[in-house]
Amino acid sequence: MIPRGFEYFAPRALNEAVSLLQQLGPDAKILSGGQSLIPMMKLRLASPPYIVDINRIPDLNYVSEANGSLRIGALVRESDLEISPLVGSGYRLLADTTKVIADPLVRNQATVCGNLAHGDPANDHPATMLALEATIVAISPRGEREISIRDFFTGLFSTALQPDEILKEIRVPTPPPRSGGAYLKMERKVGDYATAGVAVQITLDEAGVCQRAGVGLTNVSFIPLKAAKVEDFLKGKPLDAAAIKQASEIAAAESQPMDDIRGSADYKRDLVRVLTARALKQAIDRAKGGA
Amino acid sequence: MAKIEINVRVNGVEHRAEVEPRLLLVHFLRESLRLTGTHIGCDTSHCGACTVVIDGRAVKSCTMFAAQVDGREILTVEGLERDGKLHPLQEGFFQEHGLQCGYCTPGMLMTGYAFLNGNTAPTEDEIRHAISGNLCRCTGYVNIVKAYQYAAARLREGGV
Repeated sequence: MIPRGFEYFAPRALNEAVSLLQQLGPDAKILSGGQSLIPMMKLRLASPPYIVDINRIPDLNYVSEANGSLRIGALVRESDLEISPLVGSGYRLLADTTKVIADPLVRNQATVCGNLAHGDPANDHPATMLALEATIVAISPRGEREISIRDFFTGLFSTALQPDEILKEIRVPTPPPRSGGAYLKMERKVGDYATAGVAVQITLDEAGVCQRAGVGLTNVSFIPLKAAKVEDFLKGKPLDAAAIKQASEIAAAESQPMDDIRGSADYKRDLVRVLTARALKQAIDRAKGGA
Repeated sequence: MAKIEINVRVNGVEHRAEVEPRLLLVHFLRESLRLTGTHIGCDTSHCGACTVVIDGRAVKSCTMFAAQVDGREILTVEGLERDGKLHPLQEGFFQEHGLQCGYCTPGMLMTGYAFLNGNTAPTEDEIRHAISGNLCRCTGYVNIVKAYQYAAARLREGGV
């Protein structure tokens, strides 16, 4: 399978890339890891006339903590995140997620930021970033701006990014003490998209009452879904077995899956229920210092 | 479309080429350089038969443009043998019967090469995780795992 022809640009600086995007207009596509874009181009589901390859831009490959948040640069590969001790110790939800994205070879090339910028509700990081309340930093000829993850996904394969904007960085707030998270994904085989996936991030107080809850759902709607009703339900409650059961039922009702080759809508809704309960249990264990 | 010039080192040899931007890396390797050891399997980023090692990382060459490897260093299955001596992984696949039809083998070898470079004492779980992006339709995974273990033991002894 051979993509349609295109013109290729490989800028060496971020400002050069941004002005290229401005100059080429909305038909230009950014190439970072390319693990979603290139397959789409090969299938001719996408045939952009201009490709702006950002892989040669220096200083975009960093995972670091600063000013109360984890910063993930545009060129951080999934496998970088997978082996990052910082992520493994302080951001378990993120570590869980990266391990189940595609397969190890794809993860060596795919970028974390691209997983969001692609705007695919079947991707895994969107639900995770919704649960973690991440902030997106975009750069354009007009400068930098911050976008709340809540406002980022606007439709199927659509995001709040303007055609001349580049997703430069993801900022994930550093979880306070007594926080825990987990991502659970049901996939038919390694490398498949989720039949359903659930991301949970919670913070407990000293008495075990839920102070903060973030819940994101993968591939059960046209856009990555923030399960706001579940979040509201969990806040202020002691997370006992009854609360977990009720929360998982609310999540199932909040999901909007469709029948497809991965299963019927009913089956997927039930999966959301089961995975939410399991993810919550694991997140609570981790918030209490367990594995 | 205008062609672009790339300079790339493949198995230790420098190549300069003019490529169409849409040329996939796997086609560049197989058709321009005639290195046909790298296989095209599914052509949809699933099977890993096209795996090559770029700057130390195993990636799928069907899901990359040749234009992207300008200035980089690639290792393909043809580059594993040194001075007429098989790499311990190749020897392992031979000794442990790690292949039946052999179609997935170049990809399995290249994934293994990058993996064992970072870990010469892997557990079986780690090996199975590492090859989860490489499909063997003969389902010969048991012996592929054994071949990796054979190579790991040889590398620990300082095989290569």
